Amino acid sequence: MLKDITIGQFFPGDSLVHRLDPRFKIVITIIFIMMLFTGSNVICLIVGGVYTLLAITLSGVPFKMYWKSVKPLLPFLLITAVLNLFLVDSGDTLLKWKFIKITEGGIDISVFMMIRIVLLIMGSSVLTYTTSPITLTDAVERLLSPLKKLKFPVHELAMMMSIALRFIPTLIEETDKIMSAQKARGAEIDTGSFMTRARNMAAIMIPLFVSAFRRADELATAMECRCYNGGEGRTRLRQLRSSGMDYIALGVTIVFYIAAIVVAKITV
Amino acid sequence: MDNIIEINDLHFSYRDENGNPGAEVLKGVSLTVRRGEFLAVLGHNGSGKSTLAKHLNAILTPTSGKVIVDGIDTSDESKLFDLRQRAGMVFQNPDNQIVSSIVEEDVAFALENLGVPYEEMRRRVDESLKAVNMYDYRLHSPSQLSGGQKQRIAIAGIIAMQPDCIILDEPTAMLDPQGRREVMATIHRMNREKGITIVLITHYMDEAAQCDRVVVMDKGSVVLDDTPAKVFSQVEKVKAIGLDVPQAAELAWELRKAGYDMPEDILTEQECAQAIMKLFA
Repeated sequence: MLKDITIGQFFPGDSLVHRLDPRFKIVITIIFIMMLFTGSNVICLIVGGVYTLLAITLSGVPFKMYWKSVKPLLPFLLITAVLNLFLVDSGDTLLKWKFIKITEGGIDISVFMMIRIVLLIMGSSVLTYTTSPITLTDAVERLLSPLKKLKFPVHELAMMMSIALRFIPTLIEETDKIMSAQKARGAEIDTGSFMTRARNMAAIMIPLFVSAFRRADELATAMECRCYNGGEGRTRLRQLRSSGMDYIALGVTIVFYIAAIVVAKITV
Repeated sequence: MDNIIEINDLHFSYRDENGNPGAEVLKGVSLTVRRGEFLAVLGHNGSGKSTLAKHLNAILTPTSGKVIVDGIDTSDESKLFDLRQRAGMVFQNPDNQIVSSIVEEDVAFALENLGVPYEEMRRRVDESLKAVNMYDYRLHSPSQLSGGQKQRIAIAGIIAMQPDCIILDEPTAMLDPQGRREVMATIHRMNREKGITIVLITHYMDEAAQCDRVVVMDKGSVVLDDTPAKVFSQVEKVKAIGLDVPQAAELAWELRKAGYDMPEDILTEQECAQAIMKLFA
């Protein structure tokens, strides 16, 4: 049951977006986020929405999956939107009835912000759905590599990330085993009051931590045996190559961004 | 043939956190291994066999005595990477020695560390994966593989370094019978086809019986050092240490004790059956 948890929710595929260089995808996502927050009017949001739809269509991942990424957050977003709608008091008053007052600023902050966040989640899901976590880590390492000059431990961070990703399934499996073992010894994990269950979690966490430390120790030895010596002078099996398509995608994104800026300037 | 490993009067004791030496784990081990040999080191828990293995790769260095592997003194820190490249090590737990989430990248890990250029790395990774029959799984995640498959990936990761010698520290202890067979077959093939020297630490008698030479350790010393047939014919001595002998060897020994004329070098069931058939002939 625990095995079903997917981290990063990568959907393998061979779509146009899947084939893009992950470094470009990260940069494009950042530009996309800036695009969403350039202006606050309907046309700006339409530009962002069209771009998001375009990316989703090209990703080849069913729209249902994107909807799933937004759904758990929807109640939270709706409550915030409703509160903002009634509580924000700025700009022209559009409606006033007894103690209820809706202003232009309220609509701006509530409705627009909600749409923006939905687009933001869907748009960045395109990145995580089409790029495997390990490739993503690799791309982050390479994008951040200029920071090495400032003694920022880029390689070490990426190595930690990739080892963490590597051990997630292993540790989940282990948690499953420990849970069964502790249940067989009579630990109440699924039953009892919230407090009892919380206290009994220690019976799972402690063995899990002990085993994780032992694994870390063995892994460190195994890595040293394979001549690991930090990032200095390392070569890579995984080659990231950018193609013409990457520049086209980046270009299209920048065009959309400029369009959003222009629209924001004109309508102000 | 020259010697790839020379151990001379090796003493070792772990130190506690204050740096004081504890009880001696290895008490004067001397051992030589010829190039191309397939050596098994037998012993039960606490016999010092794993500690010995860790000396061959400079994970541990001697308290006193000398360990020379392929002409390199393991105490010489400046040649550490050179040594580890020539003498690779495979550990017991397949999960705790796989670094990457993709099989082929894990095999490439050592080569990436050594700074091998891409083209050369690609070629050596593919070759190593084919050598352990795991090429079809190169893009899989290790978590999808069985224990025996993971252990073969670990072996491929070592072979990619093109070592002269592989030390395996109980590589089959955590595997099911199927996985054990796969891994043992792979190790034997590496020894036969690539001429890689193998030092196999094990507590399985049947694995030791397939080797060229068996070294039995007990309480930090080498007590027996001979061919499998010779070692396992000394049934009483082996049992006194707390180890078993292969079933066929034990049956032959019991028959000899009862006064039947059985040869002393019986190891396999087939040899045993033939000897018994001769008795009735």
